[in-house]
Amino acid sequence: MTALLFVVQRASAGVLALAVVVHLATIVYAVRGGLTAGEILERTQGNVAYLAFYGVFVVAVAVHAPIGLRNVLREWLGWKGRACDGALVLFAFVLFALGLRAVTALYLA
Amino acid sequence: MLHVEVWRSADRGRFQPFAVPRRPNQTVLDVVTEIQRDHDPTLSYRFACRVGMCGSCAMVVNGRPRWTCRTRVVDAVTTDGKLRLEPLRNLTVVKDLAVDMVAFFDKWMRARGFFEPGAAIPEDFAVVRPESEERRAADEGIECIGCGICYSACDVVAWDEAYLGPAALNRAWTLVNDIRDGAQGERLDAVAGDSGCHACHTHMSCTTYCPKAIAPTYSIAGLKRAVVRRAVRRSR
Amino acid sequence: MRGRPHTQPGFIAALLHRLSGIALAIFVSFHFLALATALDGADALDSFLSLAATPLVRLSETGLVAALALHMALGLRVLAIEFLGVREQTITAVSACIGVAVAFGVSFLLNAG
Repeated sequence: MTALLFVVQRASAGVLALAVVVHLATIVYAVRGGLTAGEILERTQGNVAYLAFYGVFVVAVAVHAPIGLRNVLREWLGWKGRACDGALVLFAFVLFALGLRAVTALYLA
Repeated sequence: MLHVEVWRSADRGRFQPFAVPRRPNQTVLDVVTEIQRDHDPTLSYRFACRVGMCGSCAMVVNGRPRWTCRTRVVDAVTTDGKLRLEPLRNLTVVKDLAVDMVAFFDKWMRARGFFEPGAAIPEDFAVVRPESEERRAADEGIECIGCGICYSACDVVAWDEAYLGPAALNRAWTLVNDIRDGAQGERLDAVAGDSGCHACHTHMSCTTYCPKAIAPTYSIAGLKRAVVRRAVRRSR
Repeated sequence: MRGRPHTQPGFIAALLHRLSGIALAIFVSFHFLALATALDGADALDSFLSLAATPLVRLSETGLVAALALHMALGLRVLAIEFLGVREQTITAVSACIGVAVAFGVSFLLNAG
């Protein structure tokens, strides 16, 4: 990858390192005794801190995953060039859109 | 008796078996030489100094890239006495065990792995303190003799033809640390594109197999940091 | 002398990192879609969550938790080598990363019941 993609990839990795630890710890804690929609929504509805945290999380995922996949596509499938990059940009937007939709769904529900 | 399988490249290529007696202090180079002299004079292979200084004898021995002159048979052979000899990976085979090193050195050039004095003529000798961080970093990588073992071992080279490879990038790193060099910007540009230093995924096969105990992985990590620092500076 | 190239710690680490990354990239879209069922109301999300109570799904979820923890741990190892100049080449460190992943996976499984 190029220098710019590398910087973005590693920066998002740093953000995700923190976000993932928090997320995993939360999930492992929250699933105790089963997890219902009510329990989730109790915590996320109208919670601005939740919105901010997971908003940042989604942005980081939306850049980190496609750049990572780019390496896999180039090296394992030999797919390079603009078509490949275009597909990955599309994937990034899809992740961003779906992620934001999911985060706001639990905030607004 | 050693059961040796040697890669022969004629037609589509095949392994040719030989039986070679074991001898005291035998190296794999001894085995190949005995095969070529006493069994099959059509076998092609390379060596020069035969004492671990030139790197010409590099090839793949039982799956591991190494110098045959510095590989004792007892260290390389399987428990049932088998030796498999192949040419270095990731390079075009010229014949049998000899590969074309041109691509390897082309990438050296593409990574700007050569000293550039710069436009200004220096007024005096450069003072390079041996204990300085840069000199120590350069020292760690400067002993490379271009044998190609790291290049052969590297998976990313196998997966991406354009990847500059550990040796070229390691050499670029030693020059990044050469305070006299006048082309630092161009060099970092050369190593930073797609198929440059950022394509290294720290498999560390290069570092594992380098006979000079050089660690190209850490040199490449240094290049990654240098490129990032420069990118951050330029964006300000 | 070291073993064959594809049994070395660095290669194993990179392979696990890449495979877990691919799995996560595929999964995360479905994860977003599943969560967004809450847009249709809490009941929609609930009916989806009850699906998740089956053993097979539980196991897959555990796998995903472990994959995420593994990808993160191995990623931190890479960041340490690249940016902190850590000289790390041992199978011990890689095993520690796998251990972290197993720890998260097991604690999820035990908590989820």
